[in-house]
This record gives sequence, structure tokens and C-alpha cells, in this order.
Amino acid sequence: MLTFTIRRLVLAIPTLLFIALVIFLLLDMAPGDPMADQPLTIPPEVREEMRRALGLDQPVYVRFGLWLYQFFVVEPLVVIDHLFGTAYSAGQARVISWQFKSPVMDIIVQRLPQTLWVVGSAYMLGVLIAIPIGIVSAVRQYSVFDQIGTFISMVGFSVPTFFTGVLLIVIFSVNLGWFPSIYDTQLRVTDWSSFGQQVRQMALPVFVLALFNAAQISRYMRASMLDNMTQDYVRTARAKGMDERTVVLRHVLRNSMIPVVTVIALGVPSVFGGAIITEQVFKVNGLGALLITAINANDLPMVQTLTFIFAVLIVLFNLVADVLYGILDPRIRYD
Amino acid sequence: MRVKTALLGVASLAFASQAMAQSTTRGEDGNLNILFWQAVSILNPYLSGGTKDVEASALVLEPLARYDENATLIPWLAEEIPSLENGGVAEDLTSITWTLKEGIVWADGSPVTANDVVFTWQYCTAEGMGCAQEGKFEGVTNVEAVDDRTVRITFGAPTPFPWVAFVGGQSPIIQAAQFADCLGAAAAQCTEANTKPIGTGPFQVTEFLPNDVISFEANPNYRDPAKPAFATVTFKGGGDAAAAARAVLETGEFDYGWNLLLAPDVLASMEAAGQGQIVSAFGTNVERIEVNLTNPSPDLPEGERSTVAHPHPFLTIPEVREALSLAIDRQTLVDVGYGETGRPTCNLVPAPEIYKSDDAECAAAYDPERAMQLLEQAGFTDTDGDGVRENADGLRLSMLYQTSTNRVRQDFQALIKEWWEEIGFEVELRNVDAAVYFGGDPASPDTIEKFYADVEMYANTFEGTDPTSYLAAYTCDKIPSPENNWQGQNMNRVCDPAYEEMLAQFQGTADQEERSRLAKALNSYLTIENHIIIGLVDRGRVSAHSNTLGGVRLNTWDAELWNIADWHRLDN
Repeated sequence: MLTFTIRRLVLAIPTLLFIALVIFLLLDMAPGDPMADQPLTIPPEVREEMRRALGLDQPVYVRFGLWLYQFFVVEPLVVIDHLFGTAYSAGQARVISWQFKSPVMDIIVQRLPQTLWVVGSAYMLGVLIAIPIGIVSAVRQYSVFDQIGTFISMVGFSVPTFFTGVLLIVIFSVNLGWFPSIYDTQLRVTDWSSFGQQVRQMALPVFVLALFNAAQISRYMRASMLDNMTQDYVRTARAKGMDERTVVLRHVLRNSMIPVVTVIALGVPSVFGGAIITEQVFKVNGLGALLITAINANDLPMVQTLTFIFAVLIVLFNLVADVLYGILDPRIRYD
Repeated sequence: MRVKTALLGVASLAFASQAMAQSTTRGEDGNLNILFWQAVSILNPYLSGGTKDVEASALVLEPLARYDENATLIPWLAEEIPSLENGGVAEDLTSITWTLKEGIVWADGSPVTANDVVFTWQYCTAEGMGCAQEGKFEGVTNVEAVDDRTVRITFGAPTPFPWVAFVGGQSPIIQAAQFADCLGAAAAQCTEANTKPIGTGPFQVTEFLPNDVISFEANPNYRDPAKPAFATVTFKGGGDAAAAARAVLETGEFDYGWNLLLAPDVLASMEAAGQGQIVSAFGTNVERIEVNLTNPSPDLPEGERSTVAHPHPFLTIPEVREALSLAIDRQTLVDVGYGETGRPTCNLVPAPEIYKSDDAECAAAYDPERAMQLLEQAGFTDTDGDGVRENADGLRLSMLYQTSTNRVRQDFQALIKEWWEEIGFEVELRNVDAAVYFGGDPASPDTIEKFYADVEMYANTFEGTDPTSYLAAYTCDKIPSPENNWQGQNMNRVCDPAYEEMLAQFQGTADQEERSRLAKALNSYLTIENHIIIGLVDRGRVSAHSNTLGGVRLNTWDAELWNIADWHRLDN
């Protein structure tokens, strides 16, 4: 298993470099210009000068090479300096965002907590809700509970978050006034009352996202349980006189979890990617909102760095899913 | 007697409460919540000309003079406005001398000197800087400190309107000490200075999260000890205009929401919730249709399309352009798109009053009959019965009409297409993503500069109150073409020696009456007389503030938050 993991990690390097190149070229060829959000009152010569200051007059390969150097050499050095108080990165130009004129990685680090809090807890909550629902729906297939569960997951799956989000704001913020409609990113949890405030402002976005996640995962769980319920080993277990509880929870559930765990692991990178629409609706201003505003502003260094980080996470969690598969199911061996 | 006493009592009470509202103490009104749905990226107007960034900078950085809400120039950091009368402007119009107010200090306590002003000029004009406000210093050959409080700006040529550099929110004074190492290409690396500038304004930055939220606190060294009334400001960004309007008008979570361009009925229904009120004011922003005087036909080889080498087959005919203008019902456009916050106009320069041509007749004229007559006169009739007019040479009145992707603009396109087709044009519509349309990328065929269409629609404005550089865009040498890499502001490709002669006169005279006459003549030449630019709507600025917020004076001539030092909480 270890050699498999190492082999996969080594193989990931050329893959990621290729991904970086493709993203860079795609962004470069895409229409749009970083000067578009500057007012028309700025004269054309000045715009040209501003473009030059961003390095846009350099050829593509120079800009790509520079980004690679900054991302793989300068940024790690900055991390080392930060951890050990050294000064290796002094005087080296970092990846600078065109919109903010400040280092891209600093902004990402700044945005990460909101996204992890909101999207991460929504994901966990979604999983925690989905698994019991999936189990009960499968065990009592076609019961009232199953029908309701199916209906809710259909709703969660098919109604877009920009609709549920605004609907919840109108009901709970505008009419009832229970929850704020705008997320306060500066809130520090120091005592019970600020914790309560944090819970209140997270309630709506987490609910919207959890509904969506739970809908998806509960369907997988139910399907996987149903597949296993008809297996021979289940009949054997029942024939041996085991009570239904043990059959379902010890035998069926364990086997059914294998594909579900894979699905859950593959979904983790999307947590870091943020929920672009939901973040926008509730003004959470996490990584998703960062990405979308960067795309709108044609802030290439920011978009390039963010999408590349997402690519790394996806490659990584694919590997994690494969390894987990091997651990959960002894029949699967890679070596 | 009793009634009289009671009235006196009421009067004195009213007087007292008014006096109370004015005599504020710094920081007594707690926190102010401002919401900008376009989030702020940077607090340095020299690195980003984006309106949102200039607005937020106005809390910290200040210019020598500002425009107030009536477009009057008022001294800000300067003692008075230099003029010919007080000797601040040289007789030959080649220099202007500003004197700083006595005793002004930066937020860190150090004094503001003429050297800071000189440095600001050096900073913006440094090689490799890409300064967004370089246009403010056009024609400036030198800025020098005469003494600690006096600074002289010298121009290369006589400049009848010298109040441009260091005037208005776009070109504030920055601290030389803080930005000393940020000259030229190093400007972008100075994150600390660009996000936490030390200023002279009523507030200073305590925390800056780019594109998210900025926290300000009252500047302890602000020159008026009683101001600002608010101790802290939370400046949140993100979302969209509808959500921002909701947060101010319906939920009351925020005190001020900026730039709420929403359908008139949506805004009205939100205002009915009773938490806040909408404020709007008119400036110089005009939604217009630009007519291409050159031929954009795709049959022409690349590099010759939309260039002066090929005049437009029918849009060069004055009657055709006038017919296009006459067929538009501007009042309907206003009702559909802007409501109270727009008004019909034909002008390119809709304000200030001294420069505004009388366009009332043109703006109200909706006369398809007359438009059709004009087309007949120009020799265009529908001979083959397909609903599209053609002339004797078989030239069909078929046009491509482009604009940026935007709900209001697409509504306008649909309406105008219908009106034009009624009088015998064939109109094809196209909309381009704003990032491309306004991006000015010479490689893209879809920019406003390349103008690969017969007519195009967008809005433009000019900074401050002086339209000189705005009107100076319509000269032969400012035509975008392959030779100048498609840079230039003369989208219509106007090239007329008569216009340029008039413009030269306008640029050379300092006499206000003469300037006013010439500006009107230049504006009328482009619009009412020749319909090269078809003005549609004079667009106002719309914002909203909470009912508990006092002191807001919406200003379209400078930063909207220009007088935030005077804002205060009203007791309900």
C-alpha cells in the first residue's frame, strides 16, 4: 500500500504541472481584461501603462515561468520564514493579486476560516443527517419515512441554492428577523454570546448547504444499503438467528459504507472550493466568493493560484479515496 | 397667550434638538455600517481607479479641494481656492499655487507639508508605476514646494482650467514618509501602505480584509476635534445591489448602501418597509448610443474594418442619423429602466448648468413620421416590400447594434430595435460581456474601441465639473485604429477641422462666458445638430441610507462619502 501511495504521489507531479499549464493557457486565451472595471474616464495611454505595470507585455512563457517560480519556490520560502523566523524570501516577488496588489496566498489564508467554518460544518452536518436517513430509508423501503425522505432529497437536489438561500433570507431575516442576512467575517468567538451570534449567522447558509449535501449523500447511502440487503451473507446472518439490528448495523452497514466513504472523500475538495453561490447570497466572503470576484475582475494570478490549489486537493483526495477503499475492503489490494 | 407660549415652547424645543444634532462629540455615535455590494480591493486611488476603491479611500485620504453636492469647488486641505483674482493662478495661466491649511497633521501626528504634495505627484508619475490617475497630471511639468505650506504646480502650456491635480477624491495627498519606498514598479508590493494608508481624513484603517470588510476608527488627530461623530465604521462588501438594498431598507442591518441600480418598482417596494430612504442625485453620467461613421463590415479585410479608410455607407448621411434619434421615445426608456433616477436627454454634457445645451426639445421629440420623411428625403424607400428601406443603389438600412450584457441595456436594445424597425431599419442585436466590452484588449474584436458594429450603447461620464478633456476626445488623432493599437476615445471616428478649431479656442480661453458658449457649441455639434452621439438617459446616482442616519448629502461631483465626517446618528 505504501509503495502504491508513493507511486501515485510521484505520478501526480507531472499531472499537476500539466494542469497548471492548461489553466494558465485557458485563462490567458479567455476574453476579458483586468482593466475592464476601471472607469472609462481613465485615458487609454494610462490604461496601457497600467497593463504594463501588471507585466502583461511579457510573452506567455515568461509569465508562466514566473508564476511557477513564485508559487513553488518563493511562497514555500515565505512559509518557512514565517515558521522559523528566517529571511530566505526577503526581496523576492510573491504572487501578487492584480485587484488587491497584495500577495494572493495571504488573502487565501485570510479567507480559509470562513469557508471551513460554514461549508465544512455544512458538509459534516449533511453527512450526519444523510447516513441515518439513508439507512432507515433502505431498511423500511417504500414506507412513509422513505417516501418523505425521497421527496426531501429530491427537493434538496433539484432546487438551486440561490433560490433556497434568498427564500430563507426573506422568511427568516426580513419577515421574522431571527437571523442576520449578512455574515460578519470579523466576529471573534470569545464568549457564549459571541458564540451564539456565530451560530445564528451560520444557521441559514449551513442549512441551505447541508440540505443540498444531505440530499446527495442520503441517496448514495440508501442505494448502497439496498444493494447489500439482498446479498447472500445477509441471508446467512439472518439464518444464523441474529437479530435484525445486528444484521443491519454490523453487517450491511459496514459493507454499504465502502462506496459512500469514497463519495464523501471525493466531496471534501469541494469544501475548500467553497460554495460559490451560497457564499455570494449570504456574503460569507470565503474562497468561493474570492474566486468568483477574481474571475469577474480578470485577476489572473488569483484565479490561477486558486484553481491550481483546488486541482491539488482533488488529486490528493482521489488518492485518499483509493487508499481508504483498500483499508475498508480487504479484498482490494493494489500491490 | 397660552397658544403662543406653547408654540414658543415647540419652537425652542425644535431649536434645541437641532442644536444638539450639530454639537457632536467625536465618537459619541458608536458604529456606522456601510455596505458596498462591489467590495473594496485596495485603499489607494492611484493604483485602482475603480469607483468603489476611490469611495472607500475618501474616508482616509483627502485632496486639496473637493466639489460639493452643488458642483462648487471648495477648499479641503487647502486654505482657499487659488484663482486669478487672489493671485493663486498665474496671469499667463501656466501655474497654480496652493497653500495648505495651518496645522494639519497626518493620523500618526506628523505634520502635512508641501513635500507630501510634491511626493504625491512624483509617486503617480514614476516610471513603471501604471498610475490610474496619471490623467490628472496631464500637462503638469513640475510640482515644487515653495515653503512648508505652499506648493506650486507648473504647466507646459497655458491651462485655463488648472484645478485638476490634487482636486477630488481621485487624486488625494498621500504621506511621503509612508510611500517613500513604493515608487515605480515597487508600488504594487507595498501591501501595508496600499491597504492601511496614513491619511488626514476623519477615519483610519484598523483592519483591512480585501474584497470583504474594512474596519475604520475615528482619526484621533483629525483637524475638527468634534468630528467624526462615529467612533468606528464597518465597511462591508460583497453580494449584489438587490441584497444591499434589502439590508438597508428592509432588514435595517446596514446604515448606508451604495449604488443601488435596481428596477424603480423594486426599490419603491423595499423603501415601503420603512427602515430607510433612497437618495439620488444627477451628475454627468449619460447612457448614449454612439454612431459609427466608418464601415464595420466583416467583408473588409482585418485592419481596415471600422477605420477612416472606409466611411460608413449610410450612417455618414445626417438625415439617417437624425431619423435614428427621432425614432427613440426617451421617456419610455427612462420609465422602463430608471424611474425617478433617470431623465431623458440628448446631451453629451448634461451638467453643470453653465455647460449644458438646451436639449428639451430634442429629448421630448419622439416623431417616427418625421423620421420616415427624413429617410425618404435621403433616398431610402422600401421598394421590395420586405419592411427594410434601401436606396437606388440597393443599399439596405441594416445595422448591428451592440452593448454590454446588462438587464437594463438589453431592455433598451429590444425597445429601440422595435422603434427602428418600425421606420424601416433592419436591426441585429448583440451583447458582449462587460469585462470584454470595456476591457480595451486590442486582440479582442468585441471592445467599444474596435467598434465592429454600426451603433453601440454604453454610459460615460467625466470627473469633476470641467468637460475639457471629455470634449477633446473627438479629434482625428484620438480615433482608435490599428496604428495606435486601437487606443483612443473617439469611438465614433469624428474627424472635422471645424470641430477641432472650436475645441482649440475652448482650450485656450479662461473667460467663463466664452467657455460656456464654446462648450455648448461643441456638445451640440456632436449631439443635437449632427446626432453622431445619440443621448438617451441622464443617469442619476442612487444610494440608500437608514432613517437613523443624518448628514448624508449625496454628491455626484466627488466621492459619495465626501462629507462622512459630518454624518451622525439621529435620535428617533
